[in-house]
Amino acid sequence: MTHIRPAHDVVGRPTPLIDGIEKVTGQAHYTADLPAAGALVGRILRSPFAHARIRAIDTEAARALPGVHAVITGEDCDQTYGVLPIAMNEYPLARGRVRYCGEPVVAVAAVDEATAAAALRLIRLDVEELPAYFTAAEARTPDAVLLHDDKPGNVERAVHHRFGDVEAGFAAADLVREQVFRCAEIAHAQMELNAALVSYDHDRDQLTIWSTTQVPYYVHLMLARCLGMDMSRIRVIKPFVGGGFGARVEVLNFEIITALLARAAGGTVRMVLSREGTFLTHRGRPETEIRLKLGMMRSGRLTACACEVIQRGGAYAGYGIVTILYAGALLHGLYDIPAITYDGWRVYANLPPCGAMRGHGTVDVRFAFESLLDSMATEAGLDPIAVRRANLLAAPTETANGLRVESYGLGECLDWVEQASGWRERRGRLGAARGLGMACSHYVSGAAKPIHWTGEPHAVVHLRLDFDGGLTLLTGAADIGQGSSTVMAQAAAEVLGVHLDRVRVVAADSMLTPKDNGSYSSRVTFMVGNATIDAARALRERLLAAAAEKLGVAVTEVEDSHEHFRRAGDNAAGLSFAEVTQAALAREGGAITVKGTFSCPLEFQGGKHRGGAVGAAMGFSYAAQAVEVSVDEDTGMVAVEKIWVAQDCGFAINPLAVEGQMQGAVWMGMGQAIGEETRYENGLAMHASLLDYRMPTSVESPPIDVHIVESRDPNGPFGAKEASEGALAGFLPALINAIADAVGLRLDTLPATPDRVLEALAKRQRAARLARAMQERA
Amino acid sequence: MQDTQGTPEVRVFRLNGRPHAALVADHVLLLDYLREQAGLTGTKRGCDGGECGACTVLIDGRPRLACLTRAQECAGHDVETIEGIGAPGRMSALQRAFHERLGTQCGYCTPGMVMAAEALLRRDPDPDEAAIRAALGGNLCRCTGYVKIIEAVHDAVGTPR
Repeated sequence: MTHIRPAHDVVGRPTPLIDGIEKVTGQAHYTADLPAAGALVGRILRSPFAHARIRAIDTEAARALPGVHAVITGEDCDQTYGVLPIAMNEYPLARGRVRYCGEPVVAVAAVDEATAAAALRLIRLDVEELPAYFTAAEARTPDAVLLHDDKPGNVERAVHHRFGDVEAGFAAADLVREQVFRCAEIAHAQMELNAALVSYDHDRDQLTIWSTTQVPYYVHLMLARCLGMDMSRIRVIKPFVGGGFGARVEVLNFEIITALLARAAGGTVRMVLSREGTFLTHRGRPETEIRLKLGMMRSGRLTACACEVIQRGGAYAGYGIVTILYAGALLHGLYDIPAITYDGWRVYANLPPCGAMRGHGTVDVRFAFESLLDSMATEAGLDPIAVRRANLLAAPTETANGLRVESYGLGECLDWVEQASGWRERRGRLGAARGLGMACSHYVSGAAKPIHWTGEPHAVVHLRLDFDGGLTLLTGAADIGQGSSTVMAQAAAEVLGVHLDRVRVVAADSMLTPKDNGSYSSRVTFMVGNATIDAARALRERLLAAAAEKLGVAVTEVEDSHEHFRRAGDNAAGLSFAEVTQAALAREGGAITVKGTFSCPLEFQGGKHRGGAVGAAMGFSYAAQAVEVSVDEDTGMVAVEKIWVAQDCGFAINPLAVEGQMQGAVWMGMGQAIGEETRYENGLAMHASLLDYRMPTSVESPPIDVHIVESRDPNGPFGAKEASEGALAGFLPALINAIADAVGLRLDTLPATPDRVLEALAKRQRAARLARAMQERA
Repeated sequence: MQDTQGTPEVRVFRLNGRPHAALVADHVLLLDYLREQAGLTGTKRGCDGGECGACTVLIDGRPRLACLTRAQECAGHDVETIEGIGAPGRMSALQRAFHERLGTQCGYCTPGMVMAAEALLRRDPDPDEAAIRAALGGNLCRCTGYVKIIEAVHDAVGTPR
């Protein structure tokens, strides 16, 4: 499905980030770097209790401490917040009850760090402790105290989806297997600490926030709600942001708390969370248990899939409903499976709230699916790649749950991975304790249905041209390091036929830029990219009209390339970009601002069943990868030696950034697969530092070879789809499949830490010894 | 994050090649001094102390964590931060390699990475991949999988320091 690339000038070329120089020279200003002379320091007192009723909070001594300007509690905000309009059940500061260890209870603003810390020490909490639940099973026991009164059984959402006849599918299958898999909870661990700077202008009742967010618009909405302010009195600015991965795709408590503090103190407050506080803010990937049953024919063709998922979601709703829906929705859309049932339960527990994380909802389920598929392939004596090939979709198609797949390059991904990894020659022949495994995965390019349905387009971009000939692209899209501003500049420059550095991007300042829903669900390249193309086309029409008038020819006769306009076929000098700019400005009455928009048509917005909007997208990315591991059977250490990953991203507008995103994605999958997990002791986080939360360092990270497949999605900008999430999920099962190839051991629990690997090896030895003993006895 | 306690004293050291007089209390960390008093915010805080490497600076040419170094200890020494690498308005070859190779995505770990790599290339002008990986082992990055960071450092081998 590779298409011949037309002669592009700007897109399709490896392009360093347009804001990269600031990053490598230390000039990039992140929230905590912003000048804040005279700003007060904000600090949060967190609950030491996992579950308790608040009887009283004594803040008198803290308020009396010299240098303290504001002390606020749950009494100061009676508005809930949350990202989903149907599930806003969290207060910025706990009211009446705390539901997890680390939940914000009181906040202070003081002249300096030491005074703020001293003030927190003077606060007394009087509580009545309640039973606390740290596993989904405990929380679901019939007599468990409810975390939220409107959610019986502590189940936030149960999902039951039925597509096709699975019983018939299992009955027809030659091989039916069922297995339970478990994945630990993990965290994003973005490098930048959560931080907010809020300036409140008391005399004008206006508020400005700079924050570490992926979703400035959602922050805007919730600040207005929680502070009871008109939205026009609030300005939200996203400075440089040091990573997100989903941690910042909803407004977070510290943002609202800092705003409340700034208003209470009548000034500017800077809040920089510690690493511990950043971990406790959480919103990571939930602990998940998956029970999966697959039916397969001797040919490798899948006949049916039945999947049950239990997610331990933490104490509040967050994105939970979406996460549990994604887990089921994207069982579809990767392979052609005639029948799928899905039962999911999102459960409350007394732990920090989970949320969206890269590959949202789909990763742990994909781990289970590709692991079981692989072991069934082995059992049936089939090659794992051949089994995947036997189940490919034929695009364009619509899945049973209403996902429309318009472009599908998975077959090519498999071809490359097979060849590049030396799959046929090397698998099973790598020697002792070394193995090769593979898996596939996919992801949405932008949630087709917006969370807040307002009737507006999904994306809006403004493009401005003024006397200097500079093109200013105004977008609300939040560049968090993924390079979205660069992609928008490339798209505009491409359509307009100008040099990339003629385009400057102003992003994510609500006073200047049009609203954007934010950087999540891999929506920005697809949606904002299309809006950018729309804007650039509109501007180009204006320029061509001006050039035609000036050249005294019809518009259709004007030819433009490389910032030069002339009559087609005429070798005379023609007009420079500056001349055409001037002509256009004179013609239009001064500076020109055009608007570009993009909307997902209704037919792409998912099935009609309840929850059918989640998982729907206009395009899906596809990835395949192979992983080579070595296993130390004495220590249980798993070393990832090399990764080969291919991804169909439709078209790589910036191949350099696509490579970087793919490498980052599979590497993040590696972290989850081999070492990362949050751990709680009676609800207390034991992992809340970067020494205890073990993400891979450069020393244990392998080379990652990438290959870009371009299926040219008919709806994507220049054919592009997403590139930063789709490959992540495949790593987990590819690793487990590689371990199976290396030592014949199939792990069903992640991460594959040395203790788990050793335990599994020991268990196998015990089983072998027992079997021998039984044999001898017999 | 300044503190109200402790009597500040003047300490003289070199900061990015220039003599520098710092008025600091004895418990103030170099990281806080650089960011809050010297206005050099290129050096980042990413953890609660010694976990992530984002605050890596050079002291006498060696990589050091500014979050575990008291500013007063720098008296008489040579301190370099990311702002001192390259000429004003012009990237060094190493910085250019990070930029052009996409050794930076979100950029938050980048100043620390660049400083750790700079120190490596000063002490070992021709490091192999294992040496590069080892030298950056204390600098965490969450975006890149380190692949393009390693490539960037490779690219900068042999360029003027």
